[in-house]
Amino acid sequence: MGRYVIRRLLQMIPVFIGATLLIFLMVNVMGDPIAGLCGDRQCDPATAAQLEKEFGLDKPVWQQYLTYMGNVFTGDFGTAFNGQPVTELMASAFPVTIRLTIVAIIFEIVIGITLGVITGLRRGSPVDSGVLLVTLVVISVPTFVTGLLLQLLLGVQWGWIKPSVSSDATFGELIVPGLVLASVSLAYVTRLTRTSIAENKRSDYVRTAIAKGLPRRRVVTRHLLRNSLIPVVTFIGTDIGALMGGAIVTERIFNIHGVGFQLYQGILRQNTQTVVGFVTVLVLVFLVANLLVDLLYAVLDPRIRYA
Amino acid sequence: MPEPMPPEPYPSGGSRVPEDGAIAATGMGGAMDLATSEGETLEEPPVGPDGTGRPERARSLWSDAWRDLRRNPVFIISGLVILFLVFVSLWPSAIASGSPLKCDLAKAQEGSQPGAPFGYDGQGCNVYTRTVYGARTSVTVGVLATLGVALFGSVLGGLAGFFGGVWDSVLSRITDIFFAIPVVLGGLVLLSVVTSNTVWPVIGFMVLLGWPQISRIARGSVITAKQNDYVQAARALGASNSRMLLRHITPNAVAPVIVVATIALGTYISLEATLSYLGVGLKPPTVSWGIDISAASPYIRNAPHALLWPSGALALTVLAFIMLGDAVRDALDPKLR
Repeated sequence: MGRYVIRRLLQMIPVFIGATLLIFLMVNVMGDPIAGLCGDRQCDPATAAQLEKEFGLDKPVWQQYLTYMGNVFTGDFGTAFNGQPVTELMASAFPVTIRLTIVAIIFEIVIGITLGVITGLRRGSPVDSGVLLVTLVVISVPTFVTGLLLQLLLGVQWGWIKPSVSSDATFGELIVPGLVLASVSLAYVTRLTRTSIAENKRSDYVRTAIAKGLPRRRVVTRHLLRNSLIPVVTFIGTDIGALMGGAIVTERIFNIHGVGFQLYQGILRQNTQTVVGFVTVLVLVFLVANLLVDLLYAVLDPRIRYA
Repeated sequence: MPEPMPPEPYPSGGSRVPEDGAIAATGMGGAMDLATSEGETLEEPPVGPDGTGRPERARSLWSDAWRDLRRNPVFIISGLVILFLVFVSLWPSAIASGSPLKCDLAKAQEGSQPGAPFGYDGQGCNVYTRTVYGARTSVTVGVLATLGVALFGSVLGGLAGFFGGVWDSVLSRITDIFFAIPVVLGGLVLLSVVTSNTVWPVIGFMVLLGWPQISRIARGSVITAKQNDYVQAARALGASNSRMLLRHITPNAVAPVIVVATIALGTYISLEATLSYLGVGLKPPTVSWGIDISAASPYIRNAPHALLWPSGALALTVLAFIMLGDAVRDALDPKLR
């Protein structure tokens, strides 16, 4: 187990370097890092040259990347366009997005798995076809449309929620945005659980459990569910990173000041430091979540052993 | 005819061994059937069902799938919707008169009326005309991005899976890197600096971030196909690499790629709209549902119709492609037979 974890951690290094380098190149080569510093006007050439020298932008890109990564690992993510350190922005943005992601994941687990179990056990019934159709529709409607519609219906027409989230972004305010963020993944979780349950329902160990007279509830929760949840856990684990990155759209609709909001601002104002910093952290979250999922396998499925 | 067991009892990476021999070669069960049935036609002289007519061809995976599809109502409905969309994107003027760029501010936010069944948007443009003309952009972006991703991804993934070795490992690590970047985020970063208002930067971006998905599928399916007996036999007979790839492996490994690509087409259309909504996708002179939804969202209280109609068209289009992909998968998946 220990050796496996170390091997996985070592494998993460090239992926981490590659992904951050890719984003770094996209921002630095495609855009002009100092264009944002002079506001909407063009920078005057002398100022531009001086700024480039000050920020080390006259050096080759690989050297810039190394300097940047060196700073990141000593906890210095640079400063944002308004002079605030990027770490401060992160400290205010990440708690909000993490709360949003938690709400979304709770929705995925509770609603997604429940619907999946119900439809998987009653495959072919009207409930099953109905839920399947609904998941297809949810998958096809883009998140920003779902979000705008829910905002229109719940927030504006019926007045159940406030159309935009306050700067505190408490859990209560994040329920509807979390549902919107989760919607597509929720549909995938439902379909995945359904397939997995329907497949395992015919297996020998379930037949044995029924034959030895266990109550149905116990067969489903202890035997069937535990084995069927393995692919679902994988999906939810890899989804954590996607949810935090995909929150840009949801946060924009409901005016939530989280990671997506800061990233969007950073990109609009061409602030390299903010963008690369936030993306670096998001990539790390994604990689760690994937590692945790792989380790969780061994807990869920004793047949899997890591040497 | 007894089914020959593949040399390796189960494909590498498969931790679960199915008990049933018929499913043992899954993933490629259909391909094996294809191979044996082709063998049969060669051995026995073909006999037509009615003596004089065309000899009946052995049913391949593809003709089987086509028979299944023709009876599937989901396939027929989604196919008709897609045909209609393609027709509308080729000849939008057939069902909508007037230009989508001709707007009259005096009519801004007015509701449904003759000549404008969907009403007018915030700029006084005819929502119906714009919705009809928006189909072209969405279908173009979806189809071209899917073609690019499918070609690029399956060539890279297929070659890596076939030859293995160092390049395979390198490619796998590169796909890992691309998977670690959230798509919408990558789109924002990359497209925010693009000033062109054609569809090409968006398509290019989708190909850039989309190919690893197809590449993984193609790699896996080529590796499974490679282990089949008939490929080993072809190698023993001295077939060249290119002949084995083109004649023996590609026809048997392409089905999963087609399925994933069809479903991806729907998601690319949705992604284009999302990027346009965020303001980095297509730029305003282009008529696109994403741009229209984005433009209508501030006026959602007064003129929800300007938002609802393009959203509905977008959802219907994506739904049609995803349902088509679902139906094609059901027909091509030998496990469900």
